[in-house]
Amino acid sequence: MNALPGYNFAYLDEQTKRMIRRALLKAVAIPGYQVPFGSREMPLPYGWGTGGIQVTASILGQEDVLKVIDQGSDDTTNAVNIRRFFNRTAGMATTDRTEEASIIQTRHRIPEKPLNENQILVFQVPLPEPMTRLEPREAVTRKLHALADYGLMHVKLYEDIARYGHIATTYDYPVLVNGRYLMAPSPIPKFDNPKLHMSPALQLFGAGREKRVYAIPPWTRVESLDFEDHPFSIQRWQQPCALCDAEDSFLDEVVLDGGGRMFVCSDSDYCQTRQAAGHTGSENTPTEVSA
Amino acid sequence: MYVAVKGGESAILNSYELLAAERRGDPDVPELTLAQIRQQMRLAVDRVMGEGSLYDEDLAALALKQAAGDQVEAIFLLRAYRTTLPRFGYSVPIDTARMALRRRISATFKDLPGGQVLGPTYDYTQRLLDFSLADTADAPTPPRVDEPLPATSPRVTDLLGEEGMIEAERPAAGDPAPTDLSREPLRFPANRATRLQNLARGDEGYLLALGYSTQRGYANSHPFAGEIRMGEVPLEIIPEELGFAITIGQITLTECQMINQFAGSSDVPPQFTRGYGLAFGESERKSMGMALVDRALRAQELGEEITSPAQQAEFVLSHTDNVEASGFVQHLKLPHYVDFQSELELLRKMRASSAKVGAGDTAIPGVQPSAEREEA
Repeated sequence: MNALPGYNFAYLDEQTKRMIRRALLKAVAIPGYQVPFGSREMPLPYGWGTGGIQVTASILGQEDVLKVIDQGSDDTTNAVNIRRFFNRTAGMATTDRTEEASIIQTRHRIPEKPLNENQILVFQVPLPEPMTRLEPREAVTRKLHALADYGLMHVKLYEDIARYGHIATTYDYPVLVNGRYLMAPSPIPKFDNPKLHMSPALQLFGAGREKRVYAIPPWTRVESLDFEDHPFSIQRWQQPCALCDAEDSFLDEVVLDGGGRMFVCSDSDYCQTRQAAGHTGSENTPTEVSA
Repeated sequence: MYVAVKGGESAILNSYELLAAERRGDPDVPELTLAQIRQQMRLAVDRVMGEGSLYDEDLAALALKQAAGDQVEAIFLLRAYRTTLPRFGYSVPIDTARMALRRRISATFKDLPGGQVLGPTYDYTQRLLDFSLADTADAPTPPRVDEPLPATSPRVTDLLGEEGMIEAERPAAGDPAPTDLSREPLRFPANRATRLQNLARGDEGYLLALGYSTQRGYANSHPFAGEIRMGEVPLEIIPEELGFAITIGQITLTECQMINQFAGSSDVPPQFTRGYGLAFGESERKSMGMALVDRALRAQELGEEITSPAQQAEFVLSHTDNVEASGFVQHLKLPHYVDFQSELELLRKMRASSAKVGAGDTAIPGVQPSAEREEA
């Protein structure tokens, strides 16, 4: 372990970590309920993952193996930066491989590989209140949650259908947790919503700027809001990943130098694992596979 | 062959070095010292200490140097450092009547006990660029008066209070311990002590603009600057093992007491009400803006109609913090590929269906044939 001199393991002092863990325990006990906590000022900017970082820091032990992804990728600058932060302040092992990680901190995606009961997924959350765009006053939304009065959201979804013929929410798609609390799943694409449901992994959500944590305990029901005649559906692509030929992953559109487009897995570890296993897509041949 | 973007880590490390070089500038120009910043950029230091919520001139000067003069960045640096500091205790409430005044003005009384003290102020400098400052010069000698100022000067609001012309300010029932916003989240409704704490850490520009809006009719505000005072106040703590107060040092503060009209209600006769502002260092603009906003936020308590942004506590208090605001606005720089892809896909679908309804087989720009579709 080679943690940063002058700072505690994983940056936060132990009393602060304990305070956050207490809030997390409450969050686990009341699935989907937003628990206020004494969010600290972190040395990374608000809105860049301070909630997720505080949650990760407070549950992290020296034996843990951490994976950090942003947009599904370990290589985006923000993911690199957060991984470096924990490398510097906690000095523990990190990995790119989903199955090797005991804690995965993520922004905007859930890994494609199914998680197991020994893993914890930590989401970075910009706006924890699912109704914030419909009702910005927290004093009001808190009351609506207390009464389980989610008509506001149902009316919004209904108005989408009336106007466009379908629900026009594609990410941060609202879910009902354990049949009780309406919850913002963070800005993951709705493609990832089914992975929230009955997940064997503990899922923790941290909103640093808004000073809230919430949780989905393992094996918890998570339903995406819909209507009987307009059931929830996820995005599908007609062609597979151009690099690994996967047909079941979320694809990013990449604009090529010549002006063309190609579609590749947003989950870089999933894509690379498949390529290493010999899968090739339309844009590469086995000799050109790069890790 | 397409290769995904890699090398984020070396790019980040290179950005550190580029930034350090840009911060230093031309190496032929002597490097700034912290003492220079602290002495000659003292108002910048004051603002960083105030909004950084840490009274330490050296660290604030260091933050300003590291941030190349960017105040909000310097405030962020100081806040992030502050979080890691242990908390030894809480001070005894300061008494601004005991302030060693360097400036004290009242816009409501021509003369008053303790007198008007103009002090060091830009107010009457006529704002002509002083080209002599372009070169270094000998240090000016400040004027001195023979007679020292009185050790304590009553606050204007105290003078009005003796007559019962202004509302009395009393602790809330039971004198509850105030919330510590650096340890506990802001909750609504927020009491006045919590609101003032939030405003004291708030962005000067934001409070200035909101305060200004109340003067221009966006809230029912008729303020008088009852008193503005600036100077040094002793800071005392009561160590548990001693049981009595000891002075641990002094801090510079600027306090503003705004006096506002109030028509009275069925329970309360017409009287003046207060708006309060307090800031570290010489921060007159900040403390005045704060006092205007504080008064506007008391609308509900005083039974005034809430019509304007400056009166809406949740709106005002949720957006004061420039570290939060700067972070969240600038997080838009982070990749949003996944969400954008989802929106792009939806937009193409919507355009395709509206084109089908309209012009039939018109080509839709940006849509690739059968690139994607959504399955029900």
